[in-house]
Amino acid sequence: MRRGVGRVVLFVLVLAVLWGLWEGYRWLWMREAWTWPFVVDETSMPHLHSIFQALWSSARPGGVGPRLITILFHSALFTAKEAAVGFALGAVLGFCLGALLAHFRILARGFLPWVVASQTVPILVVAPMVVVWLNPKLPGRFQDWGAVAVIAAFLTFFPVTINTIRGLHAADRRALELMRSYAAGNWRILWKLRFPAALPYIFAALKVSATASVVGAIIGELPSSIQDGLGGQIINYSQYYTTQPTGLWATNVIAAALGITFFLIILVAEKLVVRRAPENVA
Amino acid sequence: MSTTPAAVQPVPRGGLGRLVGRRVVDWLPAVVVLVGVIGLWEVLIRALDVQAFLLPKPSEIARTLWDNRHELWTAGWFTFQEALGGFLLGSGLAIIVALVLARWRLLGAALLPFAIAANAIPIIAFAPITNTWFSPLNKSSKIVIAAILCFFPVLVNTLRGLTSVNPRALELMHSYAAGQAEIFRRVRIPTALPFIFTGLKVATVLAMIGAVVGEYFGGALNALGVLILTRARVFQFDEAWAGIVVACLMGLALYIAVAALERLTLRWVPSTSE
Amino acid sequence: MSVVQIKDVTKRFGETTAVEGIDLEIEPGEFVSLIGPSGCGKSTLLRIIGDLIQPTSGTATVNGKPARQARIDRDYGIVFQDAVLYDWRTVSKNIALPLELARWDRRRRVDKVKEMLELVELSGFENHYPWQLSGGMQQRVSIARALSFDPALLLMDEPFGALDEMTRERLNMELLQIWEASSSTVVFVTHSIAEAVFLSTRVVVMSPRPGRISNVISIDLPQPRTATTREEPHFFELVTAVREALHLGHDLERAPV
Repeated sequence: MRRGVGRVVLFVLVLAVLWGLWEGYRWLWMREAWTWPFVVDETSMPHLHSIFQALWSSARPGGVGPRLITILFHSALFTAKEAAVGFALGAVLGFCLGALLAHFRILARGFLPWVVASQTVPILVVAPMVVVWLNPKLPGRFQDWGAVAVIAAFLTFFPVTINTIRGLHAADRRALELMRSYAAGNWRILWKLRFPAALPYIFAALKVSATASVVGAIIGELPSSIQDGLGGQIINYSQYYTTQPTGLWATNVIAAALGITFFLIILVAEKLVVRRAPENVA
Repeated sequence: MSTTPAAVQPVPRGGLGRLVGRRVVDWLPAVVVLVGVIGLWEVLIRALDVQAFLLPKPSEIARTLWDNRHELWTAGWFTFQEALGGFLLGSGLAIIVALVLARWRLLGAALLPFAIAANAIPIIAFAPITNTWFSPLNKSSKIVIAAILCFFPVLVNTLRGLTSVNPRALELMHSYAAGQAEIFRRVRIPTALPFIFTGLKVATVLAMIGAVVGEYFGGALNALGVLILTRARVFQFDEAWAGIVVACLMGLALYIAVAALERLTLRWVPSTSE
Repeated sequence: MSVVQIKDVTKRFGETTAVEGIDLEIEPGEFVSLIGPSGCGKSTLLRIIGDLIQPTSGTATVNGKPARQARIDRDYGIVFQDAVLYDWRTVSKNIALPLELARWDRRRRVDKVKEMLELVELSGFENHYPWQLSGGMQQRVSIARALSFDPALLLMDEPFGALDEMTRERLNMELLQIWEASSSTVVFVTHSIAEAVFLSTRVVVMSPRPGRISNVISIDLPQPRTATTREEPHFFELVTAVREALHLGHDLERAPV
């Protein structure tokens, strides 16, 4: 109980310190008119409270229409849908690939370097071509946004593959020998021993992937002229940044919240599934 | 918030890093796969005549790569400088902050959950903002976004490394009446090095992504990201793909450089020195 | 003057009492083993002597100074159950670590490391990394490291506990030779009755919950001990005596007094 209170106090304290740093930096740089590393003014660093104010006021200058937060919430839901589908796709493919590479060493030696290299592909610039090529082929329900989910999956699968390989190799040798002594087949060993042993590793990867899938969805939307998601809003508000900087900042606050939400969901799932002493899973 | 940091993915043994500095024979399966995939790609496109304008034949990309090598090299080098600057700035700051947080454990323990949460923020969405902080034509805006992207994975990994020292090793240092500076220099930092390199390798890839995405929101005309997008817009896909290949090679070069440095530094780790 | 002097030491970790009312004096040149079941506080007592933990009450003195001062003066070397070698240092650099911290110059360090490697019979392994050594060799490096700066006192926390019986007996012999050659004082924590009797001049038997000294048995086997010492009738008598002392402590704990 006391620890809980302490955590809340600490949380509030850290937020207050961050707020103070932001406003203090702003105040000092504006007063001294320092221009390095960049000019601080209402546009480059708006007051934090005006960013949150912008969230609660109407999106349009006239003051009519729904609040900005309502609009952004719907955008976030759209992006979340893409990210979630991409996450599921990437996690399943990533696991299967990892299991395959873990089992056949020769495949791992052939493919693993390229799995790593695949992450250096600048997915943002490949995205438009993926969208143009893939979207017409998708069934009706996935039209328009399915390709973005595929892009999200591309960023998601990598950590899962890597940690699945590590995890499946992490089973204790004596436990393996015990399974052999029961004359258990390879499949039984995989499901009864290797997979449970790999779970902490896989969850460590899923936590990274959760964020990566949100990043992938936003990056995928950027060049695909999809207006319904957060990526669309980012493009939209970055065009109006000089007149209304709080809009872009507010969109980023929501994007950050979405990323953290995805992360926390996996964190909770991990707590429910991996009921063991916390291990130091690198 | 979990105490098991969700940092970032270390590349396991057998990954690309392990192949750096290996014998040719160890590269063989990887080379076979590369040749096979490229061959299959070429054959499939010829045979099925799929939308060649989207995904050109490898031979065409290779020819474009050669024909435009000067332009591509200039653009690639420009973007590479942004990525490298961001990588050095972000990773350097992260290591310094991690050292401070590890020295004052209470502070570190209090702030770690926040670093992990910050790691879950899609920082890439801030690229248009850093672009307005500086002139979009300026390298600084891309360096800053790449630096922020690199910062958190390196911070979380370094902090974990600095704090996962065998308690006996610390007792031993206490038995020698060693001070904090000595403990850091002789125990904590060497213990943390493998963790730091794990973070750095992730950061190399992120730095390149940061630079390219930054350029998407406006960059100099001779930047690689801008070049790829403008070519793709006018349907010169062979040139766009040639640019993408250059971006991959640059990212790979940075990654391999860090992996090679890791191999040189971590000579004591069995997996890097057998 | 006693090398180690412990007066009425009690250590509590929160609610649990690890050791209570410990009095112990160790004279120069003694080889004293602390033996007892798990949870009897023998490792705690060793760490109090080394000032790695501080007693809740009572005093620990080493070489006539408070334990803290003795630690700062580097009056003792310590060996743990696992060798705790630094992976990133070669064998010779591991041995040289305390010498570097004591600011010995390079030449003196090199000479001393060479001498130590000969002492633990690891010449030729200077440039090996710890992972290239067997468990027994690693532990020998760790002993060389503890002895490298000629401490008056050697603290050993189950140093051979993780090794196989053969290696353990060989290292027992080597340890005795080193002890005789260096004329240092040893405090040795162990689980093994035979090991304690074979090595020690005195065996301190401890009982658990809370950790207390239940008996002290002098080992009057002739010096130097040899491979045949383990086969002498008197050796078995002493082993039996220690075993009975241990069981007595155990029964005392069970039976309401």
